[in-house]
Amino acid sequence: MIDFLLNGQLRHCAASPDTSVLELLRDSLGQTGTKEGCASGDCGACTVAIGKADPDGNVHYHSANACITPAHQLQGQSLVTVEGLASGDALHPAQAAMVECHGSQCGFCTPGIVMSLFTLHEEQRRAPAPLTQQRLEAALGGNLCRCTGYRPIRDAALSMGDYPHARPAWLEKCTDAAASLTSPPVERDADSTFVQPESLVELLDERTRHPEAPIVAGGTDLWLEVTQRLARFPRVVDITRVAELQVIEAATLDDGREGWWIGGGVTYSRLEPLLAEYYPTFAHLLHRLGSAQIRNRGTLGGNIANASPIGDTPPVLLALGSRLWLAGPEGERELPLDDFFLDYKRTDLREGEVIRAIFLPRPEPGRHLRVWKLSKRREDDISAVLGAFGWRLEDGLLCDVRLAFGGMAATPKRAIAAEAALEGQAPSTAAFQAARLALARDFQPMSDVRGSAHYRQLSAANLLERLRLVMAQETTDAPREVMLHAYAH
Amino acid sequence: MRTLTKLDVPSRDTTDLDDATIRVRDEQQGRIKGDGPLARDTEFREIETTRTRGSAGSASAHESAVKHVTGRAAYIDDLQAPADCLHLALALSPVAHGHLIRLDLDTLRAMPGVVDAVGFDDVPGHTDIGPVFPGDPLFVEDEIRYAGQVLFAVAAETHRAAREAVSAAWAEALVEIDEQPASLDPVVAAERHEFVRPTHVQQSGDWERSLATAAHVIEGEQFVGGQEHFYLEGQACLVQPTEDEGVIVHTSNQHPSETQKLVAEVLGIPFHAVTVEVRRMGGGFGGKETQASPWACMAALVARRTGRTVRLRLPRAEDMRVTGKRHPFHNRYRLGIDETGVIQGGELTLIGDCGYSPDLSEAIVDRAMFHADNAYSLGEARVTGHRARTHTASNTAFRGFGGPQGMMVIEAAMDDIARRLGEDTLTIRKRNLYRTEPDVIRRDITHYGQTVEQVALLHHVVERLEADSDYWTRRQEITEFNAQSPVIRRGLALTPVKFGISFTAKHLNQAGALLQVYTDGSVMINHGGTEMGQGLHTKICQVVARELALDVDTVRITATRTDKVPNTSPTAASSGADLNGMAARDACLSLKTRLFDFASEHYALDREGMRLETGHLVAGTGESERRIPWGELVQAAYLGRVSLSEKGFYATPLIHYDRTTGQGRPFYYFAHGAAVSEVSVDTLTGETQVDRVDILHDVGDSLNPAIDMGQVEGGFIQGMGWLTGEELRWNDAGRLISDGPATYKIPTYGDLPPVFNVELLQGHPNSMASIYRSKAVGEPPFMLGISVWAALRDALSSLAGYREAPRLDTPATPERVLMAAEALRSRHPPWPPAAGEPE
Repeated sequence: MIDFLLNGQLRHCAASPDTSVLELLRDSLGQTGTKEGCASGDCGACTVAIGKADPDGNVHYHSANACITPAHQLQGQSLVTVEGLASGDALHPAQAAMVECHGSQCGFCTPGIVMSLFTLHEEQRRAPAPLTQQRLEAALGGNLCRCTGYRPIRDAALSMGDYPHARPAWLEKCTDAAASLTSPPVERDADSTFVQPESLVELLDERTRHPEAPIVAGGTDLWLEVTQRLARFPRVVDITRVAELQVIEAATLDDGREGWWIGGGVTYSRLEPLLAEYYPTFAHLLHRLGSAQIRNRGTLGGNIANASPIGDTPPVLLALGSRLWLAGPEGERELPLDDFFLDYKRTDLREGEVIRAIFLPRPEPGRHLRVWKLSKRREDDISAVLGAFGWRLEDGLLCDVRLAFGGMAATPKRAIAAEAALEGQAPSTAAFQAARLALARDFQPMSDVRGSAHYRQLSAANLLERLRLVMAQETTDAPREVMLHAYAH
Repeated sequence: MRTLTKLDVPSRDTTDLDDATIRVRDEQQGRIKGDGPLARDTEFREIETTRTRGSAGSASAHESAVKHVTGRAAYIDDLQAPADCLHLALALSPVAHGHLIRLDLDTLRAMPGVVDAVGFDDVPGHTDIGPVFPGDPLFVEDEIRYAGQVLFAVAAETHRAAREAVSAAWAEALVEIDEQPASLDPVVAAERHEFVRPTHVQQSGDWERSLATAAHVIEGEQFVGGQEHFYLEGQACLVQPTEDEGVIVHTSNQHPSETQKLVAEVLGIPFHAVTVEVRRMGGGFGGKETQASPWACMAALVARRTGRTVRLRLPRAEDMRVTGKRHPFHNRYRLGIDETGVIQGGELTLIGDCGYSPDLSEAIVDRAMFHADNAYSLGEARVTGHRARTHTASNTAFRGFGGPQGMMVIEAAMDDIARRLGEDTLTIRKRNLYRTEPDVIRRDITHYGQTVEQVALLHHVVERLEADSDYWTRRQEITEFNAQSPVIRRGLALTPVKFGISFTAKHLNQAGALLQVYTDGSVMINHGGTEMGQGLHTKICQVVARELALDVDTVRITATRTDKVPNTSPTAASSGADLNGMAARDACLSLKTRLFDFASEHYALDREGMRLETGHLVAGTGESERRIPWGELVQAAYLGRVSLSEKGFYATPLIHYDRTTGQGRPFYYFAHGAAVSEVSVDTLTGETQVDRVDILHDVGDSLNPAIDMGQVEGGFIQGMGWLTGEELRWNDAGRLISDGPATYKIPTYGDLPPVFNVELLQGHPNSMASIYRSKAVGEPPFMLGISVWAALRDALSSLAGYREAPRLDTPATPERVLMAAEALRSRHPPWPPAAGEPE
């Protein structure tokens, strides 16, 4: 059974473990305001807001795609849908602004857009800040609209703050209700087939007893098996409540490197502030990796365990020399990320093992990182090619060069030959020309829907040329633009 | 972005910028840099305060706006159905070409959870549902003609169970297919004369002589990609059996009357046994003109067989595989020009990739041909249109209906001419615009014989935008920038639009309306048009409100129903407001006449000069003026046994086209517009960004400036998407591999240009007697997006010192842009791009 608040009303629902929030709303609860546009987390028509109470009892709302969010994860949380925002005839500012700015045409994407605006409005209420282009992109990039061209939606986002502050009455009371759901914690259902372990020990025990049950965190990839391939999951293991996997802690490795262990279940959104401080280029990548709805749900551990050749964070972590902390029934172990990816979607993860944490090294003085992603669309698209480059300059010579790529091989992979061509060399045209040529030995990419092999090979090589230009920029007085504003960071 | 709509102020002179305008510009400059908070943009003001609230001409909100934002607006899948409602799922062919050897539906029907299964042999009536010409079987009988073609349908108690049953049918090998090689290349198909319809030719003058005697001959070819509609609400219907032999069909559909006809024919029952209702669509864009019908037919078939309500909605990936798209085109041109770059004549050849069947391709390729001139005189020209048959889904209507693909060829030619002569692309475009000044041949008449009546307006739009957008200042700045920038290149282009308004199938240019006034004074209007987000119902309510001098809230539209207004045309060709607005007005005028006759007798009023004003009937003037409130009038009329219901009708006058000669006046009028786009290109990666867009668009006297603005902006962005990021990809076996939003990328929020100045042209009513002298607005702005593509070519051309315009097929994805840059660099030094960098 799932106990949660739907627009402030306590609900008690039964659902199979592979039910999505969208199915629960539309099919079981008759709440059809939330729409299905793609059932794959790409269009945002099903956007809802999910609130969690913080230790102080304040409920923070984040946006999520209901179509790929497991319904059982609502347990003890507060769900807000488009039906819950208006108080009688009084529209929520997000709604009123959409009406006044002519922000809806066909109206099908509108409930999702209203919910993304609602989340933004809540954010503004908590911590008002200027609505810059970047913030609006971050808030609205996950909602496709085929009619308006987005201008009136932008107007609505910009003007909703001017409306009288009309939170629905239930929302004000929601804090108490949510607190009542979570404290004391609702009795856990021992027979549930949607298993929600709260500690690593419980998780590993479950993995030992039911190795066949898939692990879910954000569901941003796994749930597509359900919606697109009609997979049935009679048992699902949810890791979002495993305490150890939610931790971000400073650490020093045996080799003396300082950094942080990032819990395998930490979402992109939670990771973002840390990256923004230490690796802005990596933080920027998160905004191109997925929409707010995805960033709020997807996890770093999932992106790595998934082992897709076009996952966006692994090349960056390879360039940073990241390590993994794995935990399994046989015990715990650590290994370099380089050794983790074996072949297409195949990893060194043993039966029952999980990624406990990912090591993110602290930036070393003099060490540089650049990450560039090439895709057809800037926002919320999958890479054709992603290049992540780390290096140091010592006495004018390149050292510790790490060039990692996504989309170029069956796994995220370093360009060993190209690295060798640059290592110990001055960043000259000749050295980079050699690296470009070496890249052809490193990779034989394939052609697919995102790009031809030729384009991949050429553009990957050109990213090295961009890298050379960026290095050259730093020694010239009058830098020229070497990349577009929209992509620069 | 600031939308500089001035709804009640005369056109502004650019030399006389007021402080506010300068501030706006400054803010725009600030926004390009992406810093600082953004300010709110658009405000619409009521034009005339004397008019009733919300009536035609005012920027009233979409009639469903509040329902949209609260989630109360119901789409097909939101409709309540009886508990025993069945769900239908489709089995789609995995191969593009082959034969269906075996289909064992009996075994499937016996499987647990399967309620019914239907295929070709189960259709009692017509098995071909081709909308204009035959060729679209409801289910495959023998030959499979595209990957995604429907083999059979399964009914089960839930949506998921139905889909699982389809999977089971494959798993249990109940289907056997003999795969054959597929024909996927429209150019090869055209060479082999594999056409879905005969080739059509339009010709004016002696084009061969023009080519032979021209100072220069210039030629080129291009591939123009297709486009997935990506309506957010997928194809869906809900069909209930009636107590008679018929059905009631709820469908997301642009053409209810045709669905009514096809459902009746498939079931073998009279048309009056089928009622089709469309409340609204979650987007249509042409994709639900003909291609919403098959699902209704299938669901109706199962509803009649089982006596139960049936729901059918296509999952996104199936929707994308099974339905047709915008036609990809392969275009070639060979034109003779004089020393100044003015076209003397030549030939243009357009090959539309129609897919496996005719569908609407006859008219679509015709419209491409009608627009191969865009806004330019072709001189003495021959335009040939082929309709190639390939093993893909049957391509169909999509905003612009072939027009955009036709325009692309002449816009490519404009750039190519400019580069050949070393002139600016705008100079060449302006020289070639239709004009009335005397020449050896008439320059205000199209290659199909229609006179372009608003030539001055066309020039005015281009010239005003040229000035307002500071085209020449920016041109100079961009050229200087490019000379100094090895990697990033910027581009600028102004492209015009001249789009013909009317269905080219003459008989479709008719519409009906049903006006009903109830005794409390509230008004119901029904008409043949459907609401897909374009605001048609809002505009029609506004028309009625204006005619009857009522607040728009007094007037309501429920749904489009075939039992209210019969034999309607599709809501397509931008014609919705033009046709149905006139029909609604016709009904109002008739009812008004009747009410005036009644009132003059009943109240003993002067019939002369009687009028409706702000909710009253008014007779006489000054001292003798009498005012009867609308509600009182209506009740008196009812008691006086005067009918309060009226039908209206409209047929567009003047239009004709003779396909045997390729000459006529197919369009009632032309809609005009122009756009200037500025882009930046990363020539190392092919990444692009649109930096600024300025649009001036002609909607005549707007029926609703807010809605029209929405059409212009939305159309532009959709057109931009078509030409840049939206790439349809098939694998070598002919299976669509861009079959969802993860692989097919429509524009998203970040693609909105940081500076987006959109203005509706003021003070230029339609020269033809359209509804309140407005102009159609659904499709024309789509083609403003061509300016983005032309600007990309401009940016790339700088790599060749503006001596060559690269071939840039569409969509111009980063890959295509990079390859075009590579091609130019291979022919024009300098390369590598590092040249000029410190070594």
